[in-house]
Amino acid sequence: MKDIKEILKERILILDGAMGTMLQRYKFTEEDFRGERFKDWEHPLQGNNDLLSLTQPDAIAEVHRKYFAAGADIVETNTFSGTTIAMADYYMEDLVYELNYESARIAKMVADEFTAKEPNKPRFVAGSIGPTNKTASMSPDVNDPGYRAVSFDELRIAYKQQVEALLDGGSDILLVETIFDTLNAKAALFAIEEVKEERNIDVPIMVSGTITDASGRTLSGQTAEAFLISISHIPILSVGFNCALGANQLVPHLEVLSTKSEHAVSAHPNAGLPNAFGEYDETPDQMAEQIKEYAEKGLVNIVGGCCGTTPEHITAIAKIVENFEPRKLTVVG
Amino acid sequence: MSIENEQRTTNNEQRFLKLSGLEPLIVTPETNFINVGERTNVAGSKKFLRLVKEEKFEEALAVAREQVENGAQVIDINMDDGLIDGKEAMVKFLNLVISEPDISRVPIMIDSSKWEIIEAGLQVVQGKCVVNSISLKEGEEQFIHHAKLIKRYGAAVIVMAFDEVGQADNYDRRIEIAKRSYDVLVNKVNFAPEDIIFDLNIFPVATGMDEHKLNAIDFIEATRWVRENLPHASVSGGVSNVSFSFRGNNPVREAMHSVFLYHAIKAGMNMGIVNPSMLEVYDDIPKDLLERVEDVILNRRDDATERLLDFAESVVGKTKESKIDLSWREEPLQDRITRALVKGIDQYIVEDVEEARVAADKPIEVIEGNLMTGMNVVGDLFGSGKMFLPQVVKSARVMKKAVAYLLPYIEEEKLLNPVTDGSGAPGKILMATVKGDVHDIGKNIVGVVLACNNYEIVDLGVMVPPEKIIAAAIEHNVDIIGLSGLITPSLDEMVHLAKEMERKDFKIPLLIGGATTSKAHTAVKIDPQYKEAVVHVNDASRAVTVVGDLLQKETSNGYKKSIKDDYDVFREKFLNRSSSKTYKSISAARRNKFKIDWETSEIVKPNKLGIQVIEDLDLNILVPYIDWTPFFRSWELHGKYPAILTDEVVGEQATDLFADAQEMLSKIISEKKLKAKGIFGLFPANSVNDDDILVDTSSNLDENTGSLSGAEAKESYTFRTLRQQLERREGVADYALADFIAPKESGKQDYMGCFCVSTGFGTAELAAKYEADLDDYNSIMVKALADRLAEAFAEYLHKEVRLKHWGYASNEELSNEDLIKESYKGIRPAPGYPACPDHLEKLTIWDVLKVKETIGVELTDSLAMWPAASVSGYYFGNPQARYFGLGKIKDDQVKDFAERKGIPLEDAERWLAPNIVEAP
Repeated sequence: MKDIKEILKERILILDGAMGTMLQRYKFTEEDFRGERFKDWEHPLQGNNDLLSLTQPDAIAEVHRKYFAAGADIVETNTFSGTTIAMADYYMEDLVYELNYESARIAKMVADEFTAKEPNKPRFVAGSIGPTNKTASMSPDVNDPGYRAVSFDELRIAYKQQVEALLDGGSDILLVETIFDTLNAKAALFAIEEVKEERNIDVPIMVSGTITDASGRTLSGQTAEAFLISISHIPILSVGFNCALGANQLVPHLEVLSTKSEHAVSAHPNAGLPNAFGEYDETPDQMAEQIKEYAEKGLVNIVGGCCGTTPEHITAIAKIVENFEPRKLTVVG
Repeated sequence: MSIENEQRTTNNEQRFLKLSGLEPLIVTPETNFINVGERTNVAGSKKFLRLVKEEKFEEALAVAREQVENGAQVIDINMDDGLIDGKEAMVKFLNLVISEPDISRVPIMIDSSKWEIIEAGLQVVQGKCVVNSISLKEGEEQFIHHAKLIKRYGAAVIVMAFDEVGQADNYDRRIEIAKRSYDVLVNKVNFAPEDIIFDLNIFPVATGMDEHKLNAIDFIEATRWVRENLPHASVSGGVSNVSFSFRGNNPVREAMHSVFLYHAIKAGMNMGIVNPSMLEVYDDIPKDLLERVEDVILNRRDDATERLLDFAESVVGKTKESKIDLSWREEPLQDRITRALVKGIDQYIVEDVEEARVAADKPIEVIEGNLMTGMNVVGDLFGSGKMFLPQVVKSARVMKKAVAYLLPYIEEEKLLNPVTDGSGAPGKILMATVKGDVHDIGKNIVGVVLACNNYEIVDLGVMVPPEKIIAAAIEHNVDIIGLSGLITPSLDEMVHLAKEMERKDFKIPLLIGGATTSKAHTAVKIDPQYKEAVVHVNDASRAVTVVGDLLQKETSNGYKKSIKDDYDVFREKFLNRSSSKTYKSISAARRNKFKIDWETSEIVKPNKLGIQVIEDLDLNILVPYIDWTPFFRSWELHGKYPAILTDEVVGEQATDLFADAQEMLSKIISEKKLKAKGIFGLFPANSVNDDDILVDTSSNLDENTGSLSGAEAKESYTFRTLRQQLERREGVADYALADFIAPKESGKQDYMGCFCVSTGFGTAELAAKYEADLDDYNSIMVKALADRLAEAFAEYLHKEVRLKHWGYASNEELSNEDLIKESYKGIRPAPGYPACPDHLEKLTIWDVLKVKETIGVELTDSLAMWPAASVSGYYFGNPQARYFGLGKIKDDQVKDFAERKGIPLEDAERWLAPNIVEAP
């Protein structure tokens, strides 16, 4: 199979769209989430999307299949909350390894189907590593700014377990994403480095931060460039932004990364900003038109979608960017 | 092999050190020199050390903030001090720094010689930091291990020019170690070369030693070599070291720093730890000084050091001669008033206030307008650490003088226009030193500073009984009560008052302050007694913010709640912590007493037994014995005398204060304003029943010197001592003072003494006179000096006793510095202090010596001495006698103590309360 680093030099790669938005279409009930295996679980499970890899694996495979069919080169595993820290909400800390392993295995199985059909367009699986629901460099208590709800070591240990399972399940890439606190991400990167060293392997890493609002900073207060500097200490495949903003609002921040970064640049924005009902209603064409600006300006190497995006969005985006050259991988000061 | 290397090789020409806080910092040739702030370093800043030790993290944060505001591009944070838990302090402080975007926007330099502190720091900072530092000192293996982790945590690193052999101190060693470190990092650890910063060791020049002559030039040349031969690496260093031998001479030091930097930067030094206020502009250095400094830095002449030394004396002389500049008198009125308040100049204030009054519609407007504008500037400067306490007290003096001048006009105006007008004061605060306690310096300082911030102060003075505090609080309808106390029994008084306030359903906050008070005692003992806010405030600057937070409507409820929560958490932690220590029974402790071999131990019989009285000692004798360090501390200036006079932060203030103190001292002495009286006795004594000392005072009956009447004197008295009970490691004795006296059963006759001295007679009168003149500054000054003189008297008398009256050390030769360090033989522990925290034994001393009847020093209900400037204690002469801290004791000893003393158990418990272990 062709090395992803080689393909990146040739064209803009397409990442998939939202998993959650697609799963909503199935209108799964509490019983569906539980399946046979967890029918007696003592705590409510509806909303635990990661769990569907165990209880509704066909649905997960079907979503991956739709995205590959829409033109995605890379799909993300259904593991956004797959750490002991995030799974504590459902008392499912003990299932973390299995959840990640199974999610990666399903995605890899579907990717292999497509690669077999189109050997000249290999498909990849990115193990999705979310931010967890706690922050290591901010206090949840305004009266006690020195307090922290989670430590670096707690995060590092939780991430390490997720990383091992994602790799064992067949992930080709690791994607540390939706980073609102850079310290959480640094713990994930630290864990990845440990696993790489212990297993004596190399694995491409994608890092994707989140600029939360018009301030142009991450939730933990860093500017795009400070964020870039803070995560550049280990070899990574790409750096980028996802979530929180629509494609338009991301442009200035992608410009920073594009000029300052020696890595490939990725973007997977939301389908616009949420409307009054909290829904994302940008159409595939509207979104693709904005992504076109990325490609025209030569800002990106990898694009896809986050909240509210669907296979239709990915089809539109893939169609638009295929006419453009990828961002040149040369380094600027 | 990795993408990293491929990409990096494409860009070998442009690789810059990149750091980040919330914002990026990229070190390029254009950035010239990166200035690292060094004030948040406990090793370099006494102030910061004190703030961290006292857990005043808010103020410690202010230090960090000020550095960033003043242009530091990186802040160095160091918590390496034997007396603090460095790891905990580093994490706590960093967590707070990270929460302050105006500080954490810059990158952080995590500075420690301990790896565990560095790693703990790296785990809490999201940005790309600098680790300061690692080196080959402990060998290559550990160096590689640490470097690898630093890379994984995403930080740059400072590498010290240090290896297994030692620190590089010449050109060749510097480049040898730099080269080797660089090769290991780049080739074996795959460390990015632009993330390597060398600290090539800046050492002092002009020390007078020949081997130091090349220190600066070697650094500069080694810097040049590193920048030319080790691609992309940076060079840093602590600049102030170079001028170390000119401490105290800032003009020369500033010139040396500038000259050094000028040449080092040209050679490629691109970052460094520099105090911006200790830097002269290179072009502004006078040509003659510049030439001599460059001779030294660049080692251009053999006699460079001597020539600079000669010149340095003239530079110091010049700065001292500066004339008083009166040009500010030409400025606009408000500027003059503000200046008078900020600088504490009361000479022209009446003149200026009169001018303001004439211009104003109503005289009150001068207070609310002109004067408050000025005091707000004072408040801001003090709050941000740019003014110090003595200056603020002087400002208050000017303010009071101005207000006093205006009052008659205001009264007149009120008669003319009797409009009811809401009082301008933001709040009324009652201040009192509790019953039985006489110490009020700290309370007065807090009162003055609060008054400066426009609060109305109701000061009830000292020894105020609780019912009077309660009644006055109701009568004046105050908004806050502030209690002060210095001796341990005052702690109980405070608890009692808190209970009373609860019982009377008070709704106002209670502030607690004074030397024996602590956050721990406040949280554990006082806070639970009172539903409303109880806050421990131990210095004047914090008092202002605390009172502000308590009284401001918007912040009040939130602040009160946060304080309550904070104390709840603190109490819980504290109680858990105290239960982890274990204590042995008193009988076990006695078996493990400190044993002196009485067969060989040298016992000297005093030259003169019995009691002697000193009626009126010449105060001049005491001056050389004064320990000035605590004097500065009472004014909240921290640092050791005499170094404090040249301290970078408080030196100027300390020097001014010291000058004022000298002036007052010579006035006190020449006008005989205070009287020094003392009494002491030396007696045959033996220890009995382990912990008691039986003193034979029958000699009093014979050699009755003063006003002692034989009928009152007894044949013997017993001092009760207390014994340590904390379980400690094997081989450490459990001390009691009785261990230093030969036991009766040894058959040896031993001796001990006791004393009381006072320089307080006249203090209250003199202080009252200044207060009547609205001069709190000098009132506080008098009391602070009287305290120092009393301590000096105790020191002087102890020496006289050692050399003459007892005479066991007749050939002792000690300087005053040695005296302060207590390097002499024998001890003089005082009841109420760590070796014998029990105040009750003062009663025995008073009985033995007839202190009250003879020299007039009295004991209050809480056994504080009055006048306050008094010292009493015991003399132990055995060479093996030493000071120790009793620590906590168990209830078995308390019971035993009550029985030995023949007092009710409850009494013993009350007096010893601060030292009794909490029941788990």
